[in-house]
Amino acid sequence: MPLPPLPLAGTLSLEGSREPMSSITYLEAIRLAQQRALKEDPRVFIYGQDIGVFGGAFKATKNLAKEFPGRVLDAPISEDAMVGLAIGAAVEGMRPIVEMQFADFSTCGFNQIVNQAATLHYRTGTHCPIVVRLPSGGTPGSGPFHSQSMEAIYAHYPGLVVMTPATVEDAYTMLLEAIELEDPVIFCEHKFLYYHLKAENLPATVGEALPFGKARIARPGRDATIVAYSAMVHEALAAAEELIQDGYEIEVVDLRTVRPIDTDTILASVARTGRLLVVGEAWPWGGVAAEVIARVATEGFGLLDAPPQRLNAKETPVPYHPALWGTHRPTASSVANSLRQLLEL
Amino acid sequence: MTKANSTKTKGSQTKSSEGSSAVTVARDLSRRAYLTMLEARLLEEKLAALYRSGKIVGGVFLGRGQEALSVALGVHLRRGDIYAPLIRDQAGRLAFGDTTLDTLRTYLGSSLGSMRGRDGNIHRGRPSEGYHAMISHLGAMVSTVCGGLVAKRFRGEKGAVGATCIGEGGTSTGSFHEGMNMAAVENLPLVVVVANNQYSYSTPNDRQFACSDLLSKAVGYGVAGHRAVGNDLVDCLGVIGEAVAAARRGEGPQLVVADLLRLVGHGEHDDASYIPEAMKKSPLGRDCLELARHSLIEREWLSHEEADSWHKAVEKEVEETASKVMREPAPDPSEEDWNAFASPSLGRNLKLGGI
Repeated sequence: MPLPPLPLAGTLSLEGSREPMSSITYLEAIRLAQQRALKEDPRVFIYGQDIGVFGGAFKATKNLAKEFPGRVLDAPISEDAMVGLAIGAAVEGMRPIVEMQFADFSTCGFNQIVNQAATLHYRTGTHCPIVVRLPSGGTPGSGPFHSQSMEAIYAHYPGLVVMTPATVEDAYTMLLEAIELEDPVIFCEHKFLYYHLKAENLPATVGEALPFGKARIARPGRDATIVAYSAMVHEALAAAEELIQDGYEIEVVDLRTVRPIDTDTILASVARTGRLLVVGEAWPWGGVAAEVIARVATEGFGLLDAPPQRLNAKETPVPYHPALWGTHRPTASSVANSLRQLLEL
Repeated sequence: MTKANSTKTKGSQTKSSEGSSAVTVARDLSRRAYLTMLEARLLEEKLAALYRSGKIVGGVFLGRGQEALSVALGVHLRRGDIYAPLIRDQAGRLAFGDTTLDTLRTYLGSSLGSMRGRDGNIHRGRPSEGYHAMISHLGAMVSTVCGGLVAKRFRGEKGAVGATCIGEGGTSTGSFHEGMNMAAVENLPLVVVVANNQYSYSTPNDRQFACSDLLSKAVGYGVAGHRAVGNDLVDCLGVIGEAVAAARRGEGPQLVVADLLRLVGHGEHDDASYIPEAMKKSPLGRDCLELARHSLIEREWLSHEEADSWHKAVEKEVEETASKVMREPAPDPSEEDWNAFASPSLGRNLKLGGI
């Protein structure tokens, strides 16, 4: 299938105003994490469509088949069987990574993920350490079937860890962590961040990163809290920058992992600010933003000075045309508008 | 898993003088298979009785009429192989090493069973020992077994096979198709046995598939195909034995199709009134256990007296085991950790607000 066009330059608001110093992209971090895992752990192999000699639709496995012969395997177009194979291999002690070509196609492997992988440990006591990588989220021109954000669907199921890294460093360390975990991990890597997010260098050890499951205060503040994850962290940070001119200091919490969810860090932030806006690129209905608000409302109602708000994608399929798409998803500008409304409540 | 059953060793000591070694092997295998079929049948009759008396919660799904086909796969597998049985595979399970005890524990929800009350009836296994625990979604286990075989290939283990069973209805699923195709692409030592029992729950074959012969699927997938007479133990043992041997020799996936009839409903709640009387009276409807007994006695591989004594011994063992399991503790909700994660750091130490 055709690769969607690259994100339009300038539409992505990078963290702060920092200029990237070197060229380790979010995508390269994912490739390097896999390279390291293949090198250091003989149990690791990667299975997915077009990932061998071709290096993957997005090149996340570029040159890995050559460097690790027989361990980066092209799969038939069979998402259900791809995940089934990973589960069976994990039961026998391997650490498989499945690359879905797009997160959207994971629906074809949904049954194996939620009914077999997620239940295996609880039912039988046998661990199921698989990683399913989902190239997620929208990019201009990608349309309804190459743009979806699936984290809420998978987070719904007990037994699945769902990671949504927002930074180059997290993409690297969290993928390594995902491979180490004894549980099935849905690794939602954002396609919009693939090429445009860069870092100076990568942590040498996973230990340099935040502990697993811990949310990050991406930006401290005092007047309101934005909880976001994945690409929306960067829209939130840009909106926070914009509100400085209004005299507000906005705190941004990057969930990093949506399940388990770090309710403690969210509540601590809301305790500081008294106001909450949750931003998600996925649809609102039953989503991660709804879950965060439910938790704050039930566990931290007294901390709130105003009704908690959420901003999600519009409730239609993800549209094709960049003009429609740019309005469908939350942006720095729509986040800033929501923040201003929240601050007036 | 090992199986201790005194009736088996007792049985294998008779009639050892005459015949070639091949005949001796066939005789011993047939006797072992017949005894296992008998165990499966009597165990399932006990399960049905427990269900009718309200002792088993949920469904009871029996393999009556399919024991010959099921056991023929189980007895050809060995330690180090991978086995993913399906609904009507009590006989194959017992042959692979599952026990009457764990079957009863799982059906009765004993906390001492392998599933500890977390899953029940046919959903039992010990995946880490190569004995997979089926999910209800048909076809899903085909690719799972492929994965186990890929792992063995990565480790350089040779000679192991993977095997799974499915009904004709299950061949309609996308999972079955994807798994078969994948096994063929990877040339894995996989044996898939299709029990064509004519009805998928209540749906007859003419509403399930339109091809004239399910075995033609083997050609489509590019795998070897075998046909067995589903209620003939000796035929099933021969055909499946050859399929398993071919897979072990590295000849790739093997598809076995066998016609038969399930002699019970889909579950014990179902009277199977949709199966026409004429079909029940046709050769398809002949009881594989009776046929096997007759066949073995005719070959002088088994005597009436021996078969009767096996029956009594198995019946006694099943009754004693059921009595024991019914006294075992049920799972205690207050002692459950209610945590679906395996990683020790999840749900316990992190205190992340009830993940």
